[in-house]
Amino acid sequence: MTIESREKRQPWILLSPALTAVTLLLIVPLLFIVVYSFWLRSAAGADTPGFYVDNWQKVLTDRFYRDILLNTLKIAAITTAVCAVMGYPAAYFIARSRGNKLILLVLLMLPFWISYIIRTMSWINILGISGALNSALLALGIISEPIQMLYNEVTVILGLVHFLLPFMVLNIYVSLEGIDTNLEDAANSLGATRWQSFIQVTLPLSLPGLAAGGLLCFVLGAGTYITPVILGGPRDAMFANLVFEAIIRQLNWPLGSALSLALLAVLGALVLIYNRYLGMAQLAKGLG
Amino acid sequence: MDNTTRYERLRERLQNGDLDRRKFLGLIGAAGAAYGLQTPFAKYANAQTVSQVRFDGWGGIVSEAFRKYAFDPYTAKTGVTVVDGTFPGGDEYLAQVRASQPGEYNIAHLSGVFDYARYHSFDLTSALNLDNIPNMSLVMPALTNAFAAVTPDSLSAVPYDYGSTGLAYNRKYISDEEMKEKGAKILIDAAHKGKIGGWSDWRTRVWYGALQTDQDPNHITDIEAVWDAVRQHRDLALKYWASGAELMSLLAEEEIHVTEGWSGRIYALQEQGHDIGYYDPPKGFGWQECLFVIKGSPMEACEELLNFMLDPATSIAVAEGQNYPPALDPTKVDLGAKIPTLPAFDPTGTLSGLTFADPGYWNGNEADWSETFSRVQRGY
Repeated sequence: MTIESREKRQPWILLSPALTAVTLLLIVPLLFIVVYSFWLRSAAGADTPGFYVDNWQKVLTDRFYRDILLNTLKIAAITTAVCAVMGYPAAYFIARSRGNKLILLVLLMLPFWISYIIRTMSWINILGISGALNSALLALGIISEPIQMLYNEVTVILGLVHFLLPFMVLNIYVSLEGIDTNLEDAANSLGATRWQSFIQVTLPLSLPGLAAGGLLCFVLGAGTYITPVILGGPRDAMFANLVFEAIIRQLNWPLGSALSLALLAVLGALVLIYNRYLGMAQLAKGLG
Repeated sequence: MDNTTRYERLRERLQNGDLDRRKFLGLIGAAGAAYGLQTPFAKYANAQTVSQVRFDGWGGIVSEAFRKYAFDPYTAKTGVTVVDGTFPGGDEYLAQVRASQPGEYNIAHLSGVFDYARYHSFDLTSALNLDNIPNMSLVMPALTNAFAAVTPDSLSAVPYDYGSTGLAYNRKYISDEEMKEKGAKILIDAAHKGKIGGWSDWRTRVWYGALQTDQDPNHITDIEAVWDAVRQHRDLALKYWASGAELMSLLAEEEIHVTEGWSGRIYALQEQGHDIGYYDPPKGFGWQECLFVIKGSPMEACEELLNFMLDPATSIAVAEGQNYPPALDPTKVDLGAKIPTLPAFDPTGTLSGLTFADPGYWNGNEADWSETFSRVQRGY
């Protein structure tokens, strides 16, 4: 074997465990889901195998699914915007802090050490009728009766922001860290105010990080189903809740497969658009 | 030798220096790979000695009672370990079982004859040898007959307890008189808007919708009226709860003042000192639970566990722990002092006072109603 051919094979040998895992754990199950989406659910008992487009027809033409999908995208967009507004100053502060950067980063990562469900449920103890906030307001005499704050769309968004904010901060932080601070100094020396140098130098250079954080927050937010279950009211639901209900509650695996593929297609398209214009490299930096 | 012992011996060799770390990890990895490869074929090896049985139930106080009064004593007596898992609802569990390999799940604490019928329709029933379960003779015939109607040739489960999904209300805000006067319609009473709860289960919503529109839940003639009632409830409700723990938390924290609830969980709240009333409205939702043995399970070990669990001493202790009356016939077995005080208890042993879901009727409408409920819940 020549050195050249060995060098050619080497990357594939190194990649083979990962490729095998991706094939077996992602691509093959995904193919099963594609096949399932063309089956039919029987009234009771086993599903009917075959090639039926009924589920796809329902998913693509039924207003119910379209409305829930749009609502899901709306909630994900609001969550992403809130995360960006809240996350940018935090990331900027961490990136520009001198001695305590490590402590701040550890504090940022701390929530990941606690289960997402527990973190979401903690809002019940904060915002509930007998929760910390109502108790404090009552004790201070600001209110005479507890306020009903939980179980609506706002608390769903709040829960999602709580979950996703660290992803946004980390991505923006990585981007800010890569900016040469001499550029800001140069802008200042040329007469720009600190605000102007931020708006015209730092912000544009950190936009890839903001976009990467935005993409992560949007995709993760749009795919969640636990938060509406715990913090939402009877009507509150996101598209993933419909997938859960179709597969788990209604035992309608074929419809659930079509729904999950529809969500995958929408979010996948978003990732492709991002990749086309910004590339995945920034996202990898943030995740790393 | 079981896997745990094998692992412990290997670890001991590593710690003693008889085995280097690389070899240790290699052996563990090889064992994992071997297990992964053999799992699909494990069903062909059921004749081997059974060292453990998997049991899945409803969690919370129910699982605690099972563990304390049944599984631990059973393991002490037989040496067979009971691995207990939990599920928040029967639908979720059935989805898991459908996706599993035969033998992966063994015994389940299922609710309702409709569930028994569903498992049968998915070809998940087994055939119990009742000669190995002599304590079955102590069970109320009314409960056994319901299962025998679905599988006349053999049983796949033994009845274990029963209860009801009645109305639970906070007496600080709702009097017993108001509850009796309004019955199921209290859940669509605008006077309690924002303080009403409900289970996110389509069957319960439809059942109570039928009661709210004065229809027989087992013979609904105007389903549109039922959906309208479900919509009314949805618009007045603060929250659909999804588990017994959430039900108890919402009532105890006074987030909600009224909801339908599981009789045993409400009794548990009362025992904790909360002033929560419980009322079974006429034609309230009664249900019977069973210990269902899933196809592919080690039958003899399961039958032994079922017989142990139906033993009056075990059965009464579990019933007192989980607050649901046992399936034992009160005309044959002295059930002690506490059980007759539990909600839904029937001293006659006939259960004629409870209304159960007709399995054929409810399962026949499942596909349509479960999907419609999903839409109605979201504002449609």
